[in-house]
Amino acid sequence: MIRERMLIPMVMVCAVAVIAPGLAAPLEAQDKKFKVGFVYVGPKDDYGYNYEHDRGRKAVEAQLKDVEVMTAENIPETAEVERVMEQMIQRGAKLLFPTSYGYLDPALNVGKRHPDVVLLHAGGFKHSSNVGTYWYYIYNPMYLSGLAAGKVTKKNVMGFVAAHPIPQTLQNINALTYGARSVNPQIKTHVIYTGEWCNPGKAAEAANSLIELGADIISQHQDCPRPVVETAAKRGVYSVGYHSADLKQFNEKGWITGAAWNWGKLYVQMTKDVMDGKASQWVGKHTRGGIESGFLDLAPFGSSVPADVQKMVMAKRKEIVDGKYAVFQGPIKDNKGKELLKAGEKPTFDFIEKMSWYAEGVVGEVPK
Amino acid sequence: MLGLLYAVVGGGIRAGTPILYATLGEVIAERAGIVNLGVEGAILAGACAGFITTAHTQNPWLGIAAAALAGGAASLVHAFMVVTLRANQIASGLALMFLCLGVTSFVGRPYVAVKINAVPQLAIPGLSDIPVVGGLFFQHDALVYGAYLLAPLIWIVLTFTKWGLALRAVGERPDVAFAAGLSPAAIQYAAVVAGGILAGLAGAHLSLAYARSWVEGMSNGRGFIAVALVIFATWHPLRSVVGALVFGAVFALQLQIQARGVALSPYFLDMTPYLLTLAGLLLWGRTRRYAMPEALKSVFEGVT
Repeated sequence: MIRERMLIPMVMVCAVAVIAPGLAAPLEAQDKKFKVGFVYVGPKDDYGYNYEHDRGRKAVEAQLKDVEVMTAENIPETAEVERVMEQMIQRGAKLLFPTSYGYLDPALNVGKRHPDVVLLHAGGFKHSSNVGTYWYYIYNPMYLSGLAAGKVTKKNVMGFVAAHPIPQTLQNINALTYGARSVNPQIKTHVIYTGEWCNPGKAAEAANSLIELGADIISQHQDCPRPVVETAAKRGVYSVGYHSADLKQFNEKGWITGAAWNWGKLYVQMTKDVMDGKASQWVGKHTRGGIESGFLDLAPFGSSVPADVQKMVMAKRKEIVDGKYAVFQGPIKDNKGKELLKAGEKPTFDFIEKMSWYAEGVVGEVPK
Repeated sequence: MLGLLYAVVGGGIRAGTPILYATLGEVIAERAGIVNLGVEGAILAGACAGFITTAHTQNPWLGIAAAALAGGAASLVHAFMVVTLRANQIASGLALMFLCLGVTSFVGRPYVAVKINAVPQLAIPGLSDIPVVGGLFFQHDALVYGAYLLAPLIWIVLTFTKWGLALRAVGERPDVAFAAGLSPAAIQYAAVVAGGILAGLAGAHLSLAYARSWVEGMSNGRGFIAVALVIFATWHPLRSVVGALVFGAVFALQLQIQARGVALSPYFLDMTPYLLTLAGLLLWGRTRRYAMPEALKSVFEGVT
C-alpha cells in the first residue's frame, strides 16, 4: 500500500516547510544582556506598520549595546501570539512589544502569568499593573496631509483604502477629510474596507475601484501599504502615504506627503526606563501624544505640492506642535449633521479613542 | 449607473484574470481525471518565483516565464505523487499547497521590500480607442490579454484536436484510453503540469501586474476559488471565463457598493462572491448533462 506510506513523508515535508522559517530565528542568548522582544503581525519589510516598528527595533539594537533583541513576524492575532510571547519570556525577555492592535488581550493574559515582565502594547485601550499602552495620534500628520491634498486635487474626490472600521482608522479618515475640506470645501472622501490588514490583491482592487469612482487622491490605512501606492502610480493619481515615508519611491510623480512613524526614539527611551527600574513610567496607564512627541511626523512633500502650499502646511504643523490648534475640537458634527461636540468643547479621551463616526464630507456610514 | 457598470466590468476583468488562469489550469487537469487542490500552492510558487526573477533581472517578461516554470514544477510534484505513486489526490494537493506556502514564505522573505519593474500597462493601438469598450477591455496589462487568448485556445484544443480528445478520453475512462493505445500516465502528467503553468501565470499576474509586490500567502485563497469555479463552469473552458468574470465582477461590485457609501456591512459584502459561487454550485452542480469527468469520480467515490 504505497498510498498510505507516501502520506506520512508528505505531511512531514510540509510540516518542516511550515515550521522551518520559525526555527531559523535566533535562539541562543547571552544571559548578561537585557532581552527585549518585538512581535509583528505581518512581514517586517512591508513598508508599512510592521516595517516602521522594526525600524524602531533597529534603533534599540543600534543604540543600546547591552540589549539583546528578538523578533517574530507574521504572527496572527490569535492564541498563537500568546505562545510566541511565552516563548520569548522563556528565552529571557523582560520587555515585550506586542505591536498589533489585536494583541491586546493576549498581552494582558501573558502579563497576568508573568508579573516580572513588562508588556507595552501599541494602541490598546486596557492596561494592568505590568501592561501599558502607548499611541501617538497619527491623525495629526493625516490632517496636515489633507491640507496639501485639498490644494492639489483636481477632481475633489479622495479615496481611502481602510482595513477595519476601528477608531484609529476613523480618526485618520476624519482628520484627512477635515484637512482637505478646510482648504477646499468641495471635497468628498469615499472609503473601502478590505477586511484584512494585508491582502495585496484586494487592496489594489479597492484602490482601482476608488479611482474609477473619480478619486484622484488615494490614501489608506493598511498594514502593507505598498500595493495601494503602486496602484495609484500605475493609474496616474496622487498618493497620501501612511505609516512610512519610504513609500514615496513607489509613486514619485504623484506623491503628496503622508503620515510617517518614527518609533526609534520612543523604543530606546522605553527600553532604557525598564532597564533602570523605571517601568512604572509606562505600565498601568495609557501614554498618548501627538506630533510634538517626535515619534511621528509628516512625510517629505512630493514635487506635486507647490511651495506656497508646503509653507501653509508647515505653518499649521507648527500651530499643532505649539498646542495652538487641535484637529478634533468643538464644534464637531458627523456626516449626518448630528452635533457631537459644541463650539469650544474639548474632546475627552474616549471621544478620540472610541471614535465611531464619519466627519462631514465622508460618504456613507461607519459599518457596524 | 453607467459609471458603476463600467467600474464593475473593468474591476471584474482585473480581479478575474488571475482566477481565470488558475481555473483554466484546473479545467485541463480535471478533464484528464486529476484533481489538484494544490493550485493555491502553484499560484504562490508562480507569484514568488516571478517576483524574485523580476527583482534580479528587472525584466518582468523573464519573471512571467519563471512564474510559469515554478507553477509547472510545483504541479509536477503533484503529478508524480498521484500518477506515479498513486497517492490520494486530495491529500497530495493539500500537502503541495502547504509545502508551497512554507517554501515561498521562506524563500520570498528577503524580497518583500524589493521594488520591481512591473508588467507594463499596454493600450492596444486601435482597439483601445473604441469608446467605452476600448477603455474597458483593451487598456490592461499583457497578462490580461493573454487570458483573453488562452480561454478560446484551450477550448479549441480540448474540443477539436486529437490531443484534446486523448486528454478527455483519459479523464473519462483511462482503461479504455489505455486499450486504445494511449498512455494515460503521460497525458495526466502533461495535463497537471500544464495546469500548474497556468496557475503560475495566475501568480505572475498577482505579484507582477496587480499588486506589484510580494507578500507571503498573497494568493489569499484564489486557488481554492478556482477549484470551485471549475465545477461552477462544469469543466468547460469558456464557461470558466464566465465564472471568473462573474466572480471578479461581484468582487469589484462589492467594493463599489462600499465606496458609494451604501449601508451594508463590508464583512457581509465580502462573502458575496463566495455565496455566488455556492449558489452556482447548487444550480449547476447536479445537472447530469454537465457531469464531471468519469475518472474524477474515483477520487471522490473511491471507485477504482
